[in-house]
Amino acid sequence: MTDATALPDGPVIKGRLSRDDVIMRLGMVVIAIYLVATMVLPLWAMLSKSFSTFKFDLSGYEIQVSDEAGSFEGTILTPAELNAELGVLELGDLDAGSDSRMGLTQFFPDFSFRSPVMYRVRNTTDAGRFLVGSELKTGTEWIELDSNTFRRVQMRPVKSTGLGNFVSYFSTPALFNSIKNSLMIAVISTVITVTLAFWFAYALNRSCMRFKGAFRLVAMAPILVPSLLPGIALVYLFGNQGMIKELLFGASIYGPIGIVIGSVFFTFPHAFIIISTALAISDARLYEAAVSLRSTPWRTFWTVTIPGARYGLISAAFVVFNLVITDFGLPKVIGGQFNVLAVDIYKQVIGQQNFEMGAVVSVVLVVPAILAFAIDRLVQSKQVALLSARSVPYQPTTNRKADNIFLGYCVLVAVFIVGMLAVCQFAALIKFWPYDLSFSLKNYEFDRMDGGGWGSYFNSIKLALLTAVIGTCVIFFGAYLVEKSNGFKTGRAIFQMFAMLPMAIPGMVLGLAYIFFFNNPANPLNFIYGTMAILVICTVTHFYTVSHLTAVTALKQMDREFESVSASLKQPTMKLFSRVTVPVCMPAILDISIYLFVNAMTTVSAVVFLYSPKTTLASIAVLNMDDAGDIAPAAAMGMMIFYTNAAARIIHLILSKGVLTRTQAWRTR
Amino acid sequence: MTETTANGQPYLRIEGLWKAFGDFLALKDISLDIHDGEFVCFLGPSGCGKTTLLRAIAGLDLQTKGQVTQAKKDISDLPPSARDFGIVFQSYALFPNLTIKKNIAFGLENTGRSKPEVEARVTELLDLVGLPDQGAKYPAQLSGGQQQRIALARAIATNPGLLLLDEPLSALDAKVRVHLRHEIKELQRKLGVTTVMVTHDQEEALSMADRIVVMNHGVIEQVGSPTDVYREPATLFVADFIGEMNQIPATAGASGRVTVGTSEMICKPHDFGNNAPVIAAIRPEDVIPHGDGARSPGGEDVIATPENAFEVTVDEMEFLGSFWRCRLASERFGEEELIADFSINAVRRLELATNKTMIIELPEDRLMVFAPEDAR
Ligand SMILES: Nc1ncnc2c1ncn2[C@@H]1O[C@H](COP(=O)(O)OP(=O)(O)OP(=O)(O)O)[C@@H](O)[C@H]1O
Ligand SMILES: [Mg+2]
Repeated sequence: MTDATALPDGPVIKGRLSRDDVIMRLGMVVIAIYLVATMVLPLWAMLSKSFSTFKFDLSGYEIQVSDEAGSFEGTILTPAELNAELGVLELGDLDAGSDSRMGLTQFFPDFSFRSPVMYRVRNTTDAGRFLVGSELKTGTEWIELDSNTFRRVQMRPVKSTGLGNFVSYFSTPALFNSIKNSLMIAVISTVITVTLAFWFAYALNRSCMRFKGAFRLVAMAPILVPSLLPGIALVYLFGNQGMIKELLFGASIYGPIGIVIGSVFFTFPHAFIIISTALAISDARLYEAAVSLRSTPWRTFWTVTIPGARYGLISAAFVVFNLVITDFGLPKVIGGQFNVLAVDIYKQVIGQQNFEMGAVVSVVLVVPAILAFAIDRLVQSKQVALLSARSVPYQPTTNRKADNIFLGYCVLVAVFIVGMLAVCQFAALIKFWPYDLSFSLKNYEFDRMDGGGWGSYFNSIKLALLTAVIGTCVIFFGAYLVEKSNGFKTGRAIFQMFAMLPMAIPGMVLGLAYIFFFNNPANPLNFIYGTMAILVICTVTHFYTVSHLTAVTALKQMDREFESVSASLKQPTMKLFSRVTVPVCMPAILDISIYLFVNAMTTVSAVVFLYSPKTTLASIAVLNMDDAGDIAPAAAMGMMIFYTNAAARIIHLILSKGVLTRTQAWRTR
Repeated sequence: MTETTANGQPYLRIEGLWKAFGDFLALKDISLDIHDGEFVCFLGPSGCGKTTLLRAIAGLDLQTKGQVTQAKKDISDLPPSARDFGIVFQSYALFPNLTIKKNIAFGLENTGRSKPEVEARVTELLDLVGLPDQGAKYPAQLSGGQQQRIALARAIATNPGLLLLDEPLSALDAKVRVHLRHEIKELQRKLGVTTVMVTHDQEEALSMADRIVVMNHGVIEQVGSPTDVYREPATLFVADFIGEMNQIPATAGASGRVTVGTSEMICKPHDFGNNAPVIAAIRPEDVIPHGDGARSPGGEDVIATPENAFEVTVDEMEFLGSFWRCRLASERFGEEELIADFSINAVRRLELATNKTMIIELPEDRLMVFAPEDAR
């Protein structure tokens, strides 16, 4: 027996890697590189864009003018000196964008392109650049030009790094007011949605009312449509020609009111799922204790129910907040003159081609999004701990009066949700609201409208299928590798971090980052720009985190020793993966696919920057048709997305059942 | 049982093994030889490092330092797939979506065996573990004990040279456990496979192992046969962990002498210096009860070592089925009480009852002396 207490010196044993270890590490590295290329680098490109400013440097050029005979004997001038003399430009006029250019003739009041006078131009430094026509000139060699050509000389701005863009952002009230607007909308929507969803979930979990299944189904419906669809419904209900616009007493639906109502609609299911889960897992024993202590229902509610569901409530609040503040489609459709951050990005980039400012707004938008995300993760980790405690599920008891009140409440919420969808469907099927209410299918003749026609619908289905298949494979395999490989701790931790990051990145920001990264001709991946591939990649990355977490949760429930057993039996890990891991996790795999499918069908924010005329999408078509005033066809297309997603969900359900009975016979005893 | 392989080398040799988790040392300088065909148990309290040692042998969690040699081959840095062992985990880790047959066949595929050969081997193994007609079921459809046997069949399917079992019985209820103990031992004897089993159940270790490795805080306290570790514990920890042991603070005398309370007794030889503080220890069943007439020579009831005999009062008696457990108080021990197990026969013969005084003897070859735990 030894009594040693300190590790002896000398080398630590380094294990030799088995073939499986090598394969798994390589796999992880490949997926990590994928995430770096499709997320980290684009975001980096965007961040550096937001810090790069462009300015014309007037002292960066020298010009010499010849006499009429063409001999250069005059003094050498710089535009800076000329400007100081003439005062053509103010200081602010020198600020530029990355693509700006500025001619030189303005510094020569007597300039005439017919004059026989010759000009010589050069850069004073190697970094200087100017254009002659479309030809870029660098270097400090003199270039001789006749008057007619000199007309076509343009200075290019010099790039520098700094906070300039942020300074101009925060000194433009029209821009930074959006921060306030966005926060206000997000907070109000959050309060309303969480309250509504809480009572709805409470009714479904804690009462004995009827039709619970139907209500559950209705509550989930908004997930199946793009967030801008409620905007269209609201236009029909409360717009200038609205069916019931009197209910607003003269207020306009275009603006904060519309955004809030629409946000409540599309975030409702997210809040409902989270709160419902929290209520479902709370412990019945606490209620029994409360009853035996003769606590009043009101006190029980505040001392047992609310504390039990508090993590769910907090988590739901942050999720809703995040969804609203990063949403683009809805405020685009119904926001009117009310500016919010996500729409600002779009306006800066698409409207004004000011990419740097777009990047600045993106950075501003990422801050609250990341904060909300971080707090949500923190809260969720606590909820997990709650879940693992052994609790007894609560069984509600009948209370006729309360049950009727809850039923009435749920009917109201259901009417709200179904009503919005019904309005869209109604609008899609009539000739011309409000003048000609006869039935017509002309709104489905998408090929006659802007937005890409039926082609964009089929593009969307293609995108959704590709995203579901490729995304599920990549994400599940990646999750398997991080969960089940040996050693390589740092590598795995980095991978986990990468996998969590997409959730914190708003779609608009991701899409813009993709422009900066992939639209750069110097990027070898430039060729995917404008293809279906970039849409698939962007969508997979955008929805990576939730899918990854679903996969990890399923994998964590697998015995940790399967891999050990397989290795001891000298079988390749990939055999275990295909024969055991995949079949056992099939329900989770199907869940991931449907999640990716539905989201690919409805997403607008990221892909709005990335589609090309060949790859228009249904959700984008809704946006563009609405923009062009074709609201009824927009509603029709929105409902097409709804029916497609509903059908996909039904297929998913049937498939899950089939798979369960076939491959999971072992689950039943 | 062959003690060694042909050239006298042990089958599995562990030398100077260390395992660190950050600053925490889970294994400290472990050296151990395991011979061919031997059944060895790692026994120790929770957290002492048994599983860690087993996983190091399997290559599942590599040791920080040290060497492992199996069948004369240095396997210290090999991945599990390059080592030769079968393993059964506490959870069994049966593949839930594969039938019993496919579970057992999992390791037989891709090994150059034809399909019929695999079939035949699976049938043979199912017979071996006594579940010949369960092959078509799924693991969840079997009882815990049955699952355990399937896991065992899967582990030995490829005839590994070494069988590793990590608490294979701890998930089962007591009755099944006792039954399976016997079966595993039988199977191991039949196959002759070198086996290492981790357990924290001393009964399991005592009844199954050829040799027991008692561990504590990452070190090996003692290695020996079940009778060795029970009868001749090397340290107070082993004495205390395995079976019951009375521990009385005492002072060492010369070798074979110890002063308990006021009187010097004769004990097993030891090498503590005079006046060193020690613990005198004796198992309850080793205490010999004597009747009143014991002291008179010529009688049947003879006191072998008068120095070790003294008078006590029976303070409490508890009937435990096959014997009586008595708490005995004596002036010599002050507050401490001595626990003694007396046969029903002896209690009846000596008419023992609470508050009665009697004479007991601590036999000199059963009275042991240890260093106090914290002095080590
Ligand atoms: N991955 C790890 N990281 C840090 N410490 C660990 C790790 N694995 C084990 N330990 C520590 O090493 C010590 C030995 O663990 P081990 O699992 O070998 O104990 P054991 O003897 O098998 O116990 P049990 O009977 O409870 O299974 C324990 O203190 C444990 O906390
Ligand atoms: Mg253990």
